[in-house]
Amino acid sequence: MIDIKILNEPLDTASCIGNATDAACGGTASFIGVVRDKTDGRKVVRLEYECYESMALKELAKIAAHAVESWKINNIVIHHRVGVLNVGDVAVIIAVGAAHRAAAFDACRYAIDTLKITVPIWKKEVFENGEVWVSPHA
Amino acid sequence: MDINILAFGIVKEFFGGPSIALELQGRLTVAGLKEKLEATYPDLKRLRTYMVAVNDEYAEDELVIRPEDEIAIIPPVSGG
Repeated sequence: MIDIKILNEPLDTASCIGNATDAACGGTASFIGVVRDKTDGRKVVRLEYECYESMALKELAKIAAHAVESWKINNIVIHHRVGVLNVGDVAVIIAVGAAHRAAAFDACRYAIDTLKITVPIWKKEVFENGEVWVSPHA
Repeated sequence: MDINILAFGIVKEFFGGPSIALELQGRLTVAGLKEKLEATYPDLKRLRTYMVAVNDEYAEDELVIRPEDEIAIIPPVSGG
């Protein structure tokens, strides 16, 4: 099962993990991306996420399909939030259910690492004294 | 014939809005489009890198743009 969503509302960690798990799964691995309170020592007030939704959904679907194909996992859930997020808010959830743990861990790691490179989603960090579009080094 | 070019992230600031219209004259490749845009919006050259998406897919430089295509400028992504 593949479940991909981009949402403008708080994400539900428990239901993502629950949906990634079924009777054939021996384990579920998850990655929860959360808004951190500081970047390079500067206090973060909030993050503003935007996305190119039609393309982002397509790129997420490619990641999920590749993860299923490569690691023979049973289920993958990828939910990403957009809009204004505060410190401590969950920005992304990836949950992977598989027969054995190695596949679940590896596919989960692949999914978040690839998402950060290919999926057209951007965040602006808003500090107390300024704001900047994040441009991570590859 | 004008084509509409979508902007995201910092590129919206370069363009002064979420999209611009560009007149499509003759044969234009993705590489040609980048050259045209960089002439008008030199800030694009300050980006570490950026991509052009055509119809929701990352496009190669050689791809020829058609009037009905949806074009977007993709600065370095920062999801997650």
